Amino acid sequence: ALTERTNLAGVRHILLVLSGKGGVGKSTLSTELALALRSAGKRVGILDVDLCGPSIPRMLRVQDSAVHQCDSGWVPVFVGQDKAIALMSIGFLLERPDDAVVWRGPKKNALIKQFVTDVAWGDLDFLIVDTPPGTSDEHISTVEALRPHQLLGAVLVTTPQ
Amino acid sequence: LAAQLSLSLAECPGTGSAQAGRAAACQGCPNQGLCAAGAAGPDPAEVAELRARLRAVRHTVLVLSGKGGVGKSTFSALLAHGLAADETKQVALLDIDICGPSIPKMMGLEGEQVHQSGSGWSPVYVEENLGVMSVGFLLSSPDDAVIWRGPKKNGLIKQFLRDVDWGEVDYLIVDTPPGTSDEHLSIVQYLSATHIDGAVIVTTPQEVSLQDVRKEINFCRKVKLPIIGVVENMSGFVCPKCKNESQIFPPTTGGAEKMCQNLSVSLLGKVPLDPQIGKSCDRGQSFLAEAPESPATLSYRNIIQRIQEYCEQHHLQEEKIM
Repeated sequence: ALTERTNLAGVRHILLVLSGKGGVGKSTLSTELALALRSAGKRVGILDVDLCGPSIPRMLRVQDSAVHQCDSGWVPVFVGQDKAIALMSIGFLLERPDDAVVWRGPKKNALIKQFVTDVAWGDLDFLIVDTPPGTSDEHISTVEALRPHQLLGAVLVTTPQ
Repeated sequence: LAAQLSLSLAECPGTGSAQAGRAAACQGCPNQGLCAAGAAGPDPAEVAELRARLRAVRHTVLVLSGKGGVGKSTFSALLAHGLAADETKQVALLDIDICGPSIPKMMGLEGEQVHQSGSGWSPVYVEENLGVMSVGFLLSSPDDAVIWRGPKKNGLIKQFLRDVDWGEVDYLIVDTPPGTSDEHLSIVQYLSATHIDGAVIVTTPQEVSLQDVRKEINFCRKVKLPIIGVVENMSGFVCPKCKNESQIFPPTTGGAEKMCQNLSVSLLGKVPLDPQIGKSCDRGQSFLAEAPESPATLSYRNIIQRIQEYCEQHHLQEEKIM
């Protein structure tokens, strides 16, 4: 039987950026980490699973971009100086940037599963996953959806207090 | 090709709502079948129970942001302390940040437990007229992670409102987690049993924060929650040695002031950065009491006064109508 190549089959390492606490610099670190890895010649993608407060598109100056579909699913937006970092965020799906995504858990979980399985990441050395603060739906769903794949680990961010 | 999910202000109506499973926003939600087959609406007995329990609460203020780490809990704690300075007022502080409850530490109540009495759960009292409730008091160890999905969080929030014996309260302050999700929808729904004076929205000057705060303002408008105003925290730093002012978080797009102008909401005030604030929070002390001369204290006090005035005016207007 033919087995379908999953959209994460070409991703070598997956890295979660977590905190628990908000406003400590998770998105900032995710962005800088991606840019640094790209500078070092790696193929990099960023998955922004902060559905209520997606910060990555603005940090990479692509807040006005839109997402398109291809045969294998959604095409990520390519960012960075050489347009070589692949990015997916709910920010690209909003009709207006100030639209609030007021969703309860089940709907958030559904979108996160889609982000994990339906984005055509292609071949990447690193997929960095930026998360919202807390230990709730987004975190549980992201880890559950990524577990069958090569989950490398988590980087935890904090401030001194 | 357009994205598959339509996201313009689409929101979950709530699993207990009459629209559950039937609203436009329910399309594509994996819970849709369950919701559509479920109860027709919120349990009237439940609403009546909450209304009875909260009848003795005169004013309710929600502290929101959208963005994490901007100072919601810090502000909630200081608002509570500020209001409770008047010993004739009874103040209640409810922390509904279930994953990251900061209030116990900030109020110097770490390690306290919740006791049950015949009339329900007792809040933990900092002063005779200042009672606090938080999931933090229910954990066996402060490092225990509360890894709950939405429905379980909603259940606890309902319990906080239904089972805590708050008694007669002049001000109920509700500290929330960042975002616009379960906790926020639930608190607005459950508190519709009583009335909410309004929301105070906290931000910092940079655009990355304002971008989330605009969403929060839209959330408030969507659920018809009045906005008392916006507080801009971490708004500049004055060096105590050389007195030079620096913008640690530069307001690259005009800060809260510009945003408030654009969205026609009130700017309640700007609070400068003061390292003493973080220290007081870590030590569970009131910054207002520890640093009465700080420019930040002056800002906080002005903001607290404006909130009080708003609530009192509101109350007078309602009495006139009645």
